[in-house]
Amino acid sequence: MSGYNFAYLDEQTKRMIRRAILKAVAIPGHQVPFGGREMPLPYGWGTGGIQVTAAILGPSDVLKVIDQGADDTTNAVSIRRFFARTAGIETTTHTADASVIQTRHRIPETPLRADQIIVYQVPLPEPLAKLEQSRAETRQMHALAEYGLMHVKLYEDIARYGHISISYDYPVMVNGRYLMSPSPIPAFDTPKMHRMAALQLFGAGREKRIYAIPPHTDVKPLDFDDHPFRLTRAPQACGLCGARDSYLDEVVMDDRGGRLFVCSDTDYCAGRQSMRQDEDAAA
Amino acid sequence: MAYVAVKGGERAIDAAHDWLARARRGDRSLPEIGTAQIASQLGRAVDRVMAEGSCYDPDLAALAIKQAQGDLIEAAFLLRAYRTTLPRFAHSEPVETDAMLLRRRISAIYKDLPGGQVLGPTYDYTHRLLDFALAAESLEVTPLPLAAASSEDTPRVTALLDQEGLIEPSGVSTEAEPGDLTRDALAFPAERDVRLQSLARGDEGFLLALGYSTQRGYGNNHPFVGEIRVGEVAVELVPPELGFPITIGTITLTECEMVNQFSGSKTEPPQFTRGYGLCFGHSERRAMGMALVDRAMRAEELGENATAPAQDIEFVLSHCDNIEATGFVEHLKLPHYVDFQSELETIRRMRATATAATAATVATETEA
Repeated sequence: MSGYNFAYLDEQTKRMIRRAILKAVAIPGHQVPFGGREMPLPYGWGTGGIQVTAAILGPSDVLKVIDQGADDTTNAVSIRRFFARTAGIETTTHTADASVIQTRHRIPETPLRADQIIVYQVPLPEPLAKLEQSRAETRQMHALAEYGLMHVKLYEDIARYGHISISYDYPVMVNGRYLMSPSPIPAFDTPKMHRMAALQLFGAGREKRIYAIPPHTDVKPLDFDDHPFRLTRAPQACGLCGARDSYLDEVVMDDRGGRLFVCSDTDYCAGRQSMRQDEDAAA
Repeated sequence: MAYVAVKGGERAIDAAHDWLARARRGDRSLPEIGTAQIASQLGRAVDRVMAEGSCYDPDLAALAIKQAQGDLIEAAFLLRAYRTTLPRFAHSEPVETDAMLLRRRISAIYKDLPGGQVLGPTYDYTHRLLDFALAAESLEVTPLPLAAASSEDTPRVTALLDQEGLIEPSGVSTEAEPGDLTRDALAFPAERDVRLQSLARGDEGFLLALGYSTQRGYGNNHPFVGEIRVGEVAVELVPPELGFPITIGTITLTECEMVNQFSGSKTEPPQFTRGYGLCFGHSERRAMGMALVDRAMRAEELGENATAPAQDIEFVLSHCDNIEATGFVEHLKLPHYVDFQSELETIRRMRATATAATAATVATETEA
């Protein structure tokens, strides 16, 4: 696009963001402040992820953008278009074909490889924010690895409800040191972060923080020995592809309680559906 | 109803933008509004957009207002997003508001003072009666004879108080480059330079409400308007190849200096303290709100009890930016199917547990 640099941001800003990314990779799970810029998309709509993606994209990259696991949700469309327009790069909806995947709220079902990078959009990077409002305070708590407050919250959940009530944005310990928000992915996706082969980058635009999980890093959801972390998933199989291992969206079919459960990862579901058709054709 | 995966996001977006453009244009039998008209006749709106958009350019602000259909926060966002793409190659010398070409200058603490009281173009004493004559087009305004402008600097009221030592000295000026939160992430504790920058582009409504809250007792600091001045100042820059300042243009500013009570501390005798407001364009409401909140945020520094929202630096600075605020509030419109689904599963499980527990209790009670 004329009048703007490759991938919108000027090179100096990209350099500043890359420095923050390098620092973040060096200290897994630690939130690194960066001079976040105003983007032409609103705060809260993925400006952190967009800045990280803009800073790491090269002309040969293939970009996939998902929101809620789907490539076709309006905001995913809008962000994909933004990069197609400002960087002129190739985009894809296939997880396996992408070199960079920007996501909001999901990790693809297809395992990611070492030559891929996943960029998470993060609304609230501070995992302790709901327990302690002051960022000056939480910064100190991270420095001292003082996470008792979060353990108490989990314990109170168990005491009150019999189990932990956090179903998304489930707090994790990264590399045994930093408590981290995995962004609002469902708890179902949290285990995928553990020792993932791909580099995981997190961008929070409004809060101006970047953090990272280098490949093959330990990521453990907080839990207790007698109350281990457990996944939350609708018990059904996908109504379109029959998957029993994928995270499902619940679709309201009518006003008489009719529900259809379908894969939230549209690429995964479409892939399974076409595989089924091939099998049917072969049979 | 059969379920089809929701496709067509791209087409929907294009259609939405097309519809928006038509809505913006409005009734085609009426002439289209021009940006020059907006810049010239909706000056207060332009000023607000320049202040919150953090970019002094009345023409671009007018364009943003037109593009945003008069939604001033959306317009400020457009201007901010443009501003952020501009290179930052230098910073100006501090502007000299003593040398301001005054349009308006009032003090609420002295009846008369050097430089005088200049009422200027103010709504203050208008009777708020709808002027139906304005609804008629082509209303002629007879030009007023102009008085000669004074070329003398007008001393500030706070300087007069300072001569008697009754007010704290103004902040120490240092050679250090002031902080810039458009380049660096906001960090706490935030110094006054960054606080003032943040307030100067903060949401006018937020500043107004917080300033108001201090008057109603949430962090009262007994303010007096020492002085408000509105007018034009020269912006000077020292190009490295010249080594002396040159004027690159003039901008309109509103400045408010509040004089506040202070009972003194162990190290300081009783004296007046300052709250400072400065913003682009003509907006006394913004400058006053800013000055009240600036003073409130100095509570800790002055050894006062910081208990009210306006005194909580982190609270004020984290929430005064309306571009950030509107983005995050409005992002709730984005799909949250995935998190909501996990909440559905959790609440179903919790309800099942609760129902089973109640049933068990009832059963036990019935047996007993």
